[in-house]
Amino acid sequence: MSNKEQLQNEELQQQNANFEAEYIDENVAYVADSKFKSFVKKFMKRRTAVVGFVIIVLLLILAVVGPSIAPYDPAAYNYDNMFAKPSAEHWFGTDHYGRDIFSRVCAGAPLTLGVALSSVIVGTIVGAVLGLLAGYYGGWIEMLVMRGADVLFAFPDILLAIAIVAILGPGIVNVFIAVAVFTVPSIARMMRSATLAVKSSLYVEVAHSLGCKDGRILFLHIFPGTTQTLIVNFTMRIGSAIMAASSLSFLGFGANVTDPEWGAMLSQARSYFSTAPHMLYLPGLVIFITVLAFNLFGDGLRDTLDPKIK
Amino acid sequence: MGRYFVRRLLETIPLMLIISIFVFMFIHLLPGDPAKTLAGVEATVEEVEAIREEWGLNDPLIVQYGNYMKDLLRGDMGRSLKSSTPVTELILSRFQYTIQLVLAGVLWAPALGIFIGVMCAIKRGKAFDLGGMLFAIAGLSAPGFWVGLMLIQVFAVTLGWLPSGGLDSWKSLILPSVVMGLGIMATLARYSRSSMLETLREDYVRTARAKGQKESVVMFSHAFKNSLIQVVTILGLQIGGLLSGSVITETIFSIPGMGRLLVDSIAYRDYPAIQGLLMIFSLQYVLINLLVDLLYGVINPKIRYD
Amino acid sequence: MSQEVLLKVKDLRTEFFTSKTSSVTAVANISFDIYKGEILGLVGESGCGKSVTSLSIMQLLKDTPGKITNGEVVLDGVDLITASDAQIRDIRGGKMSMIFQEPMSSLNPSMRIDKQMIEGICLHTDMSKEQAREHAAEMLKKVGIPDPQRVLKNYPHQLSGGMSQRVMIAMAMSNDPQLLIADEPTTALDVTIQAQILDLMKKIQKEEQSSILLITHDLGVVAEMCSRVIVMYAGKIVEEAPVGILFNNPTHPYTQGLIASVPKLGSGVKVLPSIPGSVPDLSSMPEGCRFAPRCKYATEKCRTQEPPLAVVGENQKCRCWLKIEE
Repeated sequence: MSNKEQLQNEELQQQNANFEAEYIDENVAYVADSKFKSFVKKFMKRRTAVVGFVIIVLLLILAVVGPSIAPYDPAAYNYDNMFAKPSAEHWFGTDHYGRDIFSRVCAGAPLTLGVALSSVIVGTIVGAVLGLLAGYYGGWIEMLVMRGADVLFAFPDILLAIAIVAILGPGIVNVFIAVAVFTVPSIARMMRSATLAVKSSLYVEVAHSLGCKDGRILFLHIFPGTTQTLIVNFTMRIGSAIMAASSLSFLGFGANVTDPEWGAMLSQARSYFSTAPHMLYLPGLVIFITVLAFNLFGDGLRDTLDPKIK
Repeated sequence: MGRYFVRRLLETIPLMLIISIFVFMFIHLLPGDPAKTLAGVEATVEEVEAIREEWGLNDPLIVQYGNYMKDLLRGDMGRSLKSSTPVTELILSRFQYTIQLVLAGVLWAPALGIFIGVMCAIKRGKAFDLGGMLFAIAGLSAPGFWVGLMLIQVFAVTLGWLPSGGLDSWKSLILPSVVMGLGIMATLARYSRSSMLETLREDYVRTARAKGQKESVVMFSHAFKNSLIQVVTILGLQIGGLLSGSVITETIFSIPGMGRLLVDSIAYRDYPAIQGLLMIFSLQYVLINLLVDLLYGVINPKIRYD
Repeated sequence: MSQEVLLKVKDLRTEFFTSKTSSVTAVANISFDIYKGEILGLVGESGCGKSVTSLSIMQLLKDTPGKITNGEVVLDGVDLITASDAQIRDIRGGKMSMIFQEPMSSLNPSMRIDKQMIEGICLHTDMSKEQAREHAAEMLKKVGIPDPQRVLKNYPHQLSGGMSQRVMIAMAMSNDPQLLIADEPTTALDVTIQAQILDLMKKIQKEEQSSILLITHDLGVVAEMCSRVIVMYAGKIVEEAPVGILFNNPTHPYTQGLIASVPKLGSGVKVLPSIPGSVPDLSSMPEGCRFAPRCKYATEKCRTQEPPLAVVGENQKCRCWLKIEE
């Protein structure tokens, strides 16, 4: 290649970059702004989704301030007041050590929600990167990622999380790892198909023909095109993560039985089930409402952002 | 169709191979020396060495895997550390309970789920739709262990109508089957609703109406039958999911099935048993999915006549 | 030509509801007649409301947000809008039938062709299943399918696009309808197949002495097939004329633009003229003449007052202030 040609090429690339910067990115930003407003407007119309969102916000507040607003010391034994039924003093009653169950639910919020949220975040990041690479590059990367996902899928649902805990042993950190791994395959699969869809779209082909580099295309053009699907799936996974983590705790593989983790509380409650069923109802109801809130919110997000996903 | 069946069968073989490698590696993925782990904390040096010899842990991994596969194909999955009975025997003695549970769930849940979903789609936007979908999302969000224990409290403890556990009569299957089926019912209700709504927008549904066909026939013969083909595609994943539901259900209702065995084995660190159970669970899952995919090939004319 | 009216559309208005209270008007009070034994063309750009018009006539707006809010559609003395569901079902597929743009997706993928055809025949006649099957085979032969028995046993995915459209036509014609509505029947097909299907429709229309409402965006198809043409723009009829007059003496600037943008053989023109701008969004219709923002002749009056559809010549109507004031 002669010097002149090279210069011309560079000039052309510069022009392309300018064109992209001026038009493509600007347009994306402009669209994003008006999109967000119309999204909020549309979302507010879905009443059940708004209810879910409000509950989530309340739960997150509870997770931050929960331990400090607990009316009693969640760890304080009171052998004079064991198995007390729900009352004005003890909203959720007391457990087999006379501990205030409502206080334990408050104190357990950061642990339960923290484990679920952080493991889904980690699992989603790993899954999204794998899916993005698999979808974009294809070939052996795709083969590896997809076959790997197939194997993990062969241990359906919570069985995978159980298998991982079986390897690592019980404990809250291992539950975190198990739930994160449990999140990876479904996010990777979904991200791969989203990437494939965006990859074949016109604007990516335009970027290719303008001579954009792989990395630039991947992160500036393809990734933004998949974020809506990713956000929806991320939200939907939180519900299943809370369910999986509390199921593991219930089976006795999760948090230490002395911790006020919600699933672990239920596992304890099971032993005193016939004498004090309230130990089970109310913390179980809290888990149910939490999962329900994330699912309602996720449904609302899906319907407003991307009705094509099922 | 023949080619589809053969292709689908052939796809299963490498998948099973990879799963077997994964399950084989299980013992080696455990932190620490596998021989020590297998022998237990209090084992003497001699005992550890004996285990190492018995399991062939000094051989290269590839030889170990070859031996593992040879044994596996002969139906030998080693001996349980807890009871020293062969793992195969142990699993076989538990197998029927889990299968009964899965069947009890499959019997009602998919049919009811699809019915609710399709009715919701037909009555879209009406009170039935809203109620049905709230019911479905609640069913999806309710933890199985919570629902199960509440059912025991109401129907076994308070009302005394049904037994609270065990598996000795058809009556004792009722409550577990509710816990087993709730999730699959909810998922199928949601999925078949959206699939039916999608089908109702299809051109051929409009064609059926343009012929002057009655609305009930349009809904059933034209819309529903086609949307069912789509629903079958996720049926395999869902029925497979029932296997994992058995872990929770068997624990709550004290049913001595494979799920319960898995929980006990993990608690006891009975690694050969865990390894065998993981292999059997995933094998069942792959087989269920294979069967459902073959069923899909039979009911979908695009595959049947290709 | 006998000028007996078969279908009378009067003041038809179809709105699409985006919520319970807000709607956009896709078809804005249109009126026209279809005479017995004619092929009437309905042309316009996509989004002008021509497909919605056909679905409104067939009462097929169920499962769309669309709703007829005004007007009459009278076939043989029966107003289809106020008719009962049972009456409509009797007419649809009987006196009046329809074929669609996408033949491949208009056939039920999980049902054999024979069952789909027999279904339609048995609904409107007293034939037994065997008789209906024989009739279906005859109809397939009529639409130029050489081996009807094989096709009857097929599933839709085993047929090509052209084959599927032949089957659709056979199905639509199997109960001797007086009116066939064809919504872009050839748009999804290859060019060579297009000509075959159009010829077939013309042949059958002649044999059966039925009427066809042909909806298309393709003026070439109109010129070849139709006796009369209605031009729609943004939910309104802007011009109505016999086909010869429309092509030789288009009066509305929109029609003129449409005709000018069709390439002519040997005209030597290198750049085809096109109409600037695009169809206005249904939710923000301009005041006055809906075409004014794209019209090079537009005056102040055009931008503020809407012109009526006025008679401007023999059998010719036009919605334009320039022609009315002439």
